[in-house]
Amino acid sequence: MNLLKNIAKAVLPFAVLSGLLLFLSAREILNPYWVQILQLACIVAVSALGLNLIYGFTGLFSLGHAAFYGVGAYTAALLTKLYVGAYGDEALLATGAVFLGSLFAGGFAAALLACLVGLPTLRLTSDYLGIATLGFGVIMKVLFDNADSIVPQLGGARGMTGIARMTGIPWAVAALVAAVLVIRNLVHSTYGRALVAIREDEVAAAAMGVDTFRYKLIGFTAGCAFAGVAGGLYAHLYTFLHPSTFDFLKSFDVLMIVVLGGLGNISGTLVASFAWVFLLEGMRVALPPEYIEFRWVLIPLLLIVTMLVRPRGLFGVREFPFLRSKVYR
Amino acid sequence: MYALIALGYTMVYGIVRLINFAHGDVFMVGAFLAFYAVEKFHLPLPAVFALAAGGAAFLAVVIDQVAYRPLRNAPKIAALITAIGVSLFLEYFTALHQVFGPNYYAFPRPFRVVSLEIGGITFTNIQGIILLATLVSLGALQYVVFRTKVGRGMRAVSHDYVTAGLMGVNANAVISFTFALGAALAGVGGVLYGIAYPQINTFMGVMPGLKAFTAAVLGGIGNIPGAVLGALIMGQSETMTTAYLSSTYRDGIAFVLLIAVLLWKPAGILGKSRTEKV
Repeated sequence: MNLLKNIAKAVLPFAVLSGLLLFLSAREILNPYWVQILQLACIVAVSALGLNLIYGFTGLFSLGHAAFYGVGAYTAALLTKLYVGAYGDEALLATGAVFLGSLFAGGFAAALLACLVGLPTLRLTSDYLGIATLGFGVIMKVLFDNADSIVPQLGGARGMTGIARMTGIPWAVAALVAAVLVIRNLVHSTYGRALVAIREDEVAAAAMGVDTFRYKLIGFTAGCAFAGVAGGLYAHLYTFLHPSTFDFLKSFDVLMIVVLGGLGNISGTLVASFAWVFLLEGMRVALPPEYIEFRWVLIPLLLIVTMLVRPRGLFGVREFPFLRSKVYR
Repeated sequence: MYALIALGYTMVYGIVRLINFAHGDVFMVGAFLAFYAVEKFHLPLPAVFALAAGGAAFLAVVIDQVAYRPLRNAPKIAALITAIGVSLFLEYFTALHQVFGPNYYAFPRPFRVVSLEIGGITFTNIQGIILLATLVSLGALQYVVFRTKVGRGMRAVSHDYVTAGLMGVNANAVISFTFALGAALAGVGGVLYGIAYPQINTFMGVMPGLKAFTAAVLGGIGNIPGAVLGALIMGQSETMTTAYLSSTYRDGIAFVLLIAVLLWKPAGILGKSRTEKV
């Protein structure tokens, strides 16, 4: 009975949200462009939640998030493309089973890579870890650029084309709801407490019997898995992948979202992700065409001002009620 | 080349523990100032260098005052994000048509390029100038940091910001001075870059900036000779990769090297490893 209740609790927000959005787009109150932006916002939020787990909750300064996002995107896209190429069977793909599988594969690939990268680098601390992951991001970009010399389908520097368009409102919303639930339950579990303890004071956490290295690796791997799934969704939303989408500057974007929302704050990350995507796209509409290049002048200014006014992020430590811990409510 | 930018990074990081992402863009502004000085006003070479260095230093002090100083006591990440913000702002603001414009500009050669051969190795006078400028600034920096009053202040602030303030060091002034000094070097670097690779645009600072920072980490951040050593290693490895492998792998190899070194010596080649205090 309890289990059914919990499942209902998880499915309800998904059903309401995606139903509402589908209704709005069917009635053409939302035009397709905005629907696409909305999905992008969901995807960015999933990826940002992953980084929040890594940096916000565990305190690992990672500047390579976009690389894991890219690994997920390329893995998932390659799998669906190979599947369609091998069987020419669009029907099973259309049911979403193959897509779901490739999304998981994308997340798994990112997690596996994160584990391999994390094993040596997570022994580094603070800024050194940041610069090592940044370096990893640059290396991955170089690999993406040259990927076509190993697997021709990946397209390399010319970009990867011909990816089936699979991501829709239900997929994006489902991923977001799932990500929020997983993160919420994770951070309030024993694992989450261990992660936060490491962030607050690694030595003290170790003294309390937390296997710090193992937990850091778990936090890092889990966060990168989120990025991988988000990447898979992205690939099947825009149906085109280019290495420049995954270079280290994009890692900064995610980092900015997480910091703007407030470190270790799920609500903040959600709000900041949507605000970020809609601000970027909204300015494209709002500004007259001849001033379009002012977009990237205004955004950094806004960013600087926000940081000066609220150095701990927009939300600080406050959370939406449904994200709070049951113990301290 | 990387060495000059890396010096600025390492100094700022050594003192305020901030990765100053805007440093690469200060370098870009230096190059553009030099471009205008040569192209529009036909200034003599020493004046060009002075203008670029002075302009860059001024810009850095303004950035420090406006963006970094209010966040001195805030979480470190806030200042870092602000630095990224400043960097993006400088890139895109200067790319506006009303400012420098988004195009590539051909940097005029202020003097003729002469090559000479010594023992089978070909040098150009540009390379000579770069080498000379790097050595001179390295020497000057060592002098400033270890032999002057400001340098003593810098070392004190780097060691402990609050205590240095209590001991009568004007910490904010010292930090501003550090920013100015680092930026002046970046400005000179910008001019040299313009002379060596005669093509500039407003995004040219991103990659050199990043690599210079990597070089600084490689050599041991906060350590002045380390920055130069790191930069030399980076430059060599990149040239070797381009020569023997493929230029497409060039950007990657530097970072492979970096990660390898960090795993072997987490504080960089010349860095002193410190145990973290509880």
